[in-house]
This record gives sequence, structure tokens and C-alpha cells, in this order.
Amino acid sequence: MPPYERHLLPAPLVTQLMQSQDRGGPAQPLLSVRHLVKHFPVRDGLLARSPRAVHAVDDVSFDVAKGETLGIVGESGCGKSTTARLIARLMLPDSGTLLFDGEGVDEFGGLSLQQYRRNLQMVFQDSFASLNPRLTMEDTISFGPREHGLGRQQAQRRARALLDRVGLQPAQFAARYPHELSGGQRQRVNIARALALEPRLLILDEAVAALDKSVQAQVLNLLQELKQEQGLTYLFISHDLHVVQYLCDRVMVMYLGQVVEVGPVEQIFEAPRHPYTRALLSAVPSMDPARRTSKPPLSGDPPNPIDPPSGCRFRDRCPHAESVCASMMPSLQQLAEAAHHAACHMVIAGSGHSVAPASEPEAQP
Amino acid sequence: MTQALLSVQDLTVRFLGDRPVQALSGVSFELAQGETLGLLGESGSGKSVTLRTLLRLHTPRRTQVQGSLRVDGQDVLALEGQALARYRGGVVSMVFQEPGLAFDPVYTIGSQMTEMIRAHEAVDQASARARALQMLERVQIPQARKRLDAYPHELSGGMRQRAMIALALCCKPRLLLADEPTTALDATVQIQILLLLRELQRELGMSVIFVTHDIGAAVEISDRLAIMYAGRIVEQGAVADVIARPLHPYTQGLMASTVVTGMRGRPLAAIPGTPPDLGQLPAGCAFAARCPAASAQCLRQVPVTVTTGHHPVACWHPLAAATPLPVAA
Repeated sequence: MPPYERHLLPAPLVTQLMQSQDRGGPAQPLLSVRHLVKHFPVRDGLLARSPRAVHAVDDVSFDVAKGETLGIVGESGCGKSTTARLIARLMLPDSGTLLFDGEGVDEFGGLSLQQYRRNLQMVFQDSFASLNPRLTMEDTISFGPREHGLGRQQAQRRARALLDRVGLQPAQFAARYPHELSGGQRQRVNIARALALEPRLLILDEAVAALDKSVQAQVLNLLQELKQEQGLTYLFISHDLHVVQYLCDRVMVMYLGQVVEVGPVEQIFEAPRHPYTRALLSAVPSMDPARRTSKPPLSGDPPNPIDPPSGCRFRDRCPHAESVCASMMPSLQQLAEAAHHAACHMVIAGSGHSVAPASEPEAQP
Repeated sequence: MTQALLSVQDLTVRFLGDRPVQALSGVSFELAQGETLGLLGESGSGKSVTLRTLLRLHTPRRTQVQGSLRVDGQDVLALEGQALARYRGGVVSMVFQEPGLAFDPVYTIGSQMTEMIRAHEAVDQASARARALQMLERVQIPQARKRLDAYPHELSGGMRQRAMIALALCCKPRLLLADEPTTALDATVQIQILLLLRELQRELGMSVIFVTHDIGAAVEISDRLAIMYAGRIVEQGAVADVIARPLHPYTQGLMASTVVTGMRGRPLAAIPGTPPDLGQLPAGCAFAARCPAASAQCLRQVPVTVTTGHHPVACWHPLAAATPLPVAA
């Protein structure tokens, strides 16, 4: 923080800011997202008649419980990164609400944006682009705490402790610049920087995707240790289903800006109910030369999120599509297994699809 | 093995400059006609350098190449001028990782393909265009006739990679070099491209070198696997053999640190440390600093490639009885 602004933060508030506190108790979700919408208008030219828009995120609702890891998976263009950016308030949603531990964000009576950002930090895919090339590692990590009112010496001490914690010798790395580090080391610094404000929620947007396998394993181990030590909650965005299955407690599958299935990781991987989830899972290479994939589960590329199809957005690529899929958009339906939801006419009772269960709601277990 | 199409012996590549880099150190392998070799390794292991050297894409002024490189009996390192131009694309062709960058953005797909065909064969514009169309259909691009006149930016990522493959196969090369062609694609598209490559390879009877860092993709497509580390091939063999019985500690570490089904929550057996600096390679085995079984000999002497078990391995202490690998469901 520049010295001329420092007086704006009264001393008691500084200490208060540096303590994170649990307000609503363990039963209250840490993050509640309701009906999040973000459309990006497409410029068609000056005289375009119908303003078209990329439906990046379309009516997305979900909760993240305290201490869990929620995985978000989907193809490129499904809106998973946009969702992350909307949650981090790096862009503003068109509509929708966001509750962080029961409090609104950046609204009357709620958390201020500054308080919110202290509680929520993000780690991005490109470890190089997300570091300032002209700041040393120590300055990079201590920048956030200083901005939030911590003294220079204290912030430096914290930066060095964090470097040590993520496995980088402070004596060796504190004075280095980003280009002097390898990709894995840089991503460790990014994690250290995110932890410098002692956040409660960490958004990891493809944070391990660009790393080599042996380094990726080191970072995954680090993430698991940090989560246990500091009681963190993770929102883990990835296209690597193996890593998602390894790390996450619950998984949310997105397709063209919508949630098509969400549930506990075992349910999603062992008993997926949405045809898209099934296709996504069977597209993963098998690792067993005796059991190679013989037929691609889906043909074609993910469709364009401009003007998505009516009804169910997956119907163009779905082998089970029927007329009802074109006329009606399926909503997320709770399944017999608790906490498992899928948005498909085949699981919605009385939807009109030929394999849908009868009108009676699914039997409760 | 039948008559080898490609034979690489003791290939060493150094990039000169202020900070010389030893990119390849004594790489040797052979590839039979119709065979697919998966070249597996992490970034900086020399996979892409191997492919680029095969096409002689490195600037001669700043690259020092030693060893021998023979394709179909022909000495590739001795090729010059016209012969080199005919060799590139005619005998050996390459598919790159980022098709958006490999195509020229200001020419249509069709014109780039016909240019390639006419550069190699004495055919007129119309028949070259017909061949280009046929190739686009072959790689299963829908509405191929329309795509022929499309610019690269008008195609999606998967479509561009298909077009790239079509371009590479225009002149029926004997050997296709694929440099991480599926890395930038979604999983659902990646599997389509892998299956397409497998199908084309079988139909055309060509040989393929498939470079990747993804064990899963390598297993899907390869007959044989070669594992690279710090500019050397540390282990090579039939894909099932290498996967089931890795002999080199690095191969085993790589597999142990790859997340597969059924490892949930358990700490991963990560390989400690990072790959060595290619500008300052250690005297002995490049992996010794990260290896759990390293001895004094490993630090002193570069291991020679031996075949004690099922397949060749370059290690002083190869794993005798490898632990079984957890297999994905």
C-alpha cells in the first residue's frame, strides 16, 4: 500500500482483517451461487439486427461446503473458467447472487470487495503470465498482505515462511524473478501468493494442467497438505478427469454454460447419469494397451456457445435425443442417491422421454 | 523387426550460443515400416528436438548435429537443396502441436494444400485441388468442399488439427512425425484424433513417431514406446511391456506420479526435484540426482544401454521385478 493511503486503514481493522473467522458454522455453505448468468455480446457489425451473445454462463447455481473440494469439469467453452472469474469478481455477472458464508458480496450490509478478496484467492493455469516479471518472489508474495495493511517487515517474514512451506528455500528463491524459476516452482510461488492473505476459499483454474507429470504430482501433494493444515476449501477447475477424481469430493459437470450433472465424486465416476458425463468419462485414454478405445464416444467439436440449441443443449451430440429434448430444457433433478443431480430428460420423471421413469418421483432410498 | 525405415544412430544435437545446450546426447532407435513409436517424456527431454532434427528444421549455423540419420537408406544429414525440399513433406512429414500457428493465416486451407501437392508433384491446379478435397474427406472433415475455401481461423481447434493432418499426408509420406498433436485439444476431440491417426496409419501403411507427455495418449496409439529424459532415450520396448514392466526408475516414477483411477486421496509418489539443466549436464546419469537407487557409479558414468530383461534400458541398476501398475478401469 502506498504510504499516503496507509492512514485510511485504522490499526484495529488491520488486525481484524488478518484473522479469518467462521461465521455461519459448519452446516452453512462457504459459497452459495444462485442463478449466475453471463452473456458476452458479439459484435456483428454496426447494422446487425439481432444482437447475438455468447452464452458463457447460463443460470448456474451451486453450493460449496466448508472444507470440501468441488471439481468443475467440461470441454473448452463450457463456461468453467468464466464461472470462476465471476465468483472471484474479476468480472461482473449479468445477474445472479453470490453468498460467502451467508453474507452478500459488494452489496449493502455485506462483505466489502476487499474483505471478500482476502477470503478468496485464485491460482491460474499460466504460472508465468500470472506473476509480475519485475517483482522478486518475496515482493510478489508480500504485496497482497502489505496492500491489506501488514507492515513491510511482517509481510516479508510471512513471504519467506510461505516460500519455505511450498518447498522453495527462501534464501535461494526470495530474491529471484519469475523467469529464473521453472514452471513447477513458479506455480508453487503462485500458490504461496494465494495463501499469503490466509484465504478460506482457493480457486484453482487449471492450476496443474501446464505442469509435467512428475512436477504435477508434487504440486497435487502440496495442495492436499495445505488443505489439511489450513482447513481450506478448493474450487478445482480442470479438464483432466483423473486429477479431478483424485482430488475432489464433489464434481460438477458443465456443458455450454449450464450444469448438467453434479454429485459426489464416486457417483459421478461410477454411476454417471447424464449421457454427456458418460461420454466425457469414456474419452479418457485407457492406459491399458490391451483395452484401447475403438470408437470415439462423441463426434465433432464442442458446439459454439453463440446461439446454443433450444431445449437440451447436448441434444445435437446425444445418442438418446428425442423430440422432448428439443422442445424443453431439462432442469437439474435430484436422483435417488442423495446430493446427486442430473439435468437430463431420461432421469426426469414424466418428462416424456421414452426411457424416463414414470410420473411418480424416484423412490427415496 | 522387418527392414527398418528409419534408423537413428548416436544422434547428438548441441545448440550453440552464449549458453550452449546439449539437447540430445547419443539417441539411437529404429523404426520399421508401418510401425508407430511413442516418444514419451517431459518438457525439455528432447522429444521435439528429435523430430525437428529428423526434418532438419534447426538453423545449421547454430546447431551442431552428430551421428547418423537414415530414412529408407538415405543419409538425411547429407541432403541439400532440392533433395532436402523433396524429402520434407514427400518422404517425411510433420504435424505440429498448435495447428493455429502452423497454418499460414492469410491463405485458405485449400490453397495451402494444393501448393504443397504441386511443390512435390507435376500436377495441374485442378487435380491438385481434387486431391486436397479427397484428403479433407479422408480425415473426416464435414462439408469438406466448403472447408477447402475456409481460412484457418474459421475452423475449430479439432477441425484445424484434422486439416493439418490432411496437409501432412497430401504427398503420401512414408513417415509421419506427430509433435503433441492432441495436447491442445479437449479430451473428447483428442480421442477422435488419436483414432483417426491410428486408422490412417493402418490404411496408408506409413510409420508414425508420436511425441507426447501424456502416457494415456501414447498407450492408445503406439506399438512401441521410447522414454526420453534429458536428451537420452532411457528405455524402449513394446508398449505393453514397458507399461507393465518398467525397468528404468524414471519410467516407473513417471507412472507412479501419473494419476489414474483408484488412487483417490493417497499421496502421490512424486519424483523429487526437477530435470537437470541441459546446459550443464552432470557427468554421470542425468537422472541420478532424483533417483532413489543412485550409486556412486551413477554419478560418475553415463549408463550404457543394455538388454538384460525384456527390453533395452539405459540404467546401471534397472528394476528387476517391477511392481505391478494400477490399471485404469
